[in-house]
Amino acid sequence: MPHIALPPGLSGIRSAMAFRPETARPLNALVEVLLTGPGTLTLGERELIATYVSSRNCTHYCHSIHGAIAAAHLGGDEALVKQVKTDFTQAAISPKLKALLTIAGKVQQDGKLVTTADVEAARKLGATDLEIHDTVLIAAAFCMYNRYVDGLGTEQPDDEALYRERGRRVARDGYVAVSEEYLGTLATR
Amino acid sequence: MPHINLPEGFPGISAGFTYRPETAKPMRELAHILLYEPNSLTSGERELIATYVSLRNDCHFCQSSHGAAAACHLGDASVVEKVKTDFLTAPVSDKLKALLAIAGKVQQDGKLVTPADVDAARKQGATDLEIHDTVLIAAAFCMYNRYVDGLGTWQPRDPEMYAQMGRHLAQEGYRAPSIRQPVGAV
Repeated sequence: MPHIALPPGLSGIRSAMAFRPETARPLNALVEVLLTGPGTLTLGERELIATYVSSRNCTHYCHSIHGAIAAAHLGGDEALVKQVKTDFTQAAISPKLKALLTIAGKVQQDGKLVTTADVEAARKLGATDLEIHDTVLIAAAFCMYNRYVDGLGTEQPDDEALYRERGRRVARDGYVAVSEEYLGTLATR
Repeated sequence: MPHINLPEGFPGISAGFTYRPETAKPMRELAHILLYEPNSLTSGERELIATYVSLRNDCHFCQSSHGAAAACHLGDASVVEKVKTDFLTAPVSDKLKALLAIAGKVQQDGKLVTPADVDAARKQGATDLEIHDTVLIAAAFCMYNRYVDGLGTWQPRDPEMYAQMGRHLAQEGYRAPSIRQPVGAV
């Protein structure tokens, strides 16, 4: 049960965002830029970073929904997403993304753990400064979203089909557009 | 030295914000709403939560700048030092102590927050919105701290720079940059 009176009928971050639409707007704007904005990392790659960090933080809602969005961007390849969560070093992804996931995993623990050698390794595999910046910020931002979802004790459903369906919608329409569904509900009641 | 080619002379988060204005905008807006806009928790109390979480994450730039903003709001730097050393014995309200206990758990892992922690805060008069904002401030500083540290930003040790930043943040909030041009090496 949530720790505070979150709007009923919503789960995970949606319930928290509907409780406080003022903070929901910049939270959605940030994830929209990082995960759907113009960039040289593919949308699937960026969602895999978000999924991996959420999985390390053991936040069921976030690693399920972002895993589903990643799969939707990657042609429905749920096995690849699962492999990245379990052991990304063995996953069928580029060496560059593996180097970026290593950086993301360190940021998830503590930003100070990222070394010059980690960054050099990513650069040698073709990572640009902007890609390294965004990897650090995606990892940092999911340390926020995960704690927000867990810290309020939000409902985190187990139903894989629900995440699959929502994941397809977010992959197609983006975060801000989809957020209007649950933020709008509150405004009209 | 920063891990990527950040603009020179910009300390801490101002380097990341100057490098990538697209992400800076919502990050500034979030801090402005959480820490500066009117709320039943004072700005001083909210800055103390931000300072405490940044201290626990051992982020020098964030604990110094938000500590300075808190001191400016409260007109008393010694309270900030006491909260950083041991908030349980600091001269702050019992409600704020209960909220800091929640913030400390969120800093580690949101799943550590228990109904008993939340009830304790409620018994001291905390509202649902105050509990929500405490959780989100603590969570957000787990982002800001990691962003500042993870890019290897320049984090000066000069207290006067932080005092100036603190005054700007306390007076203007977070929408406009507190560092507009490179800071000279001191």
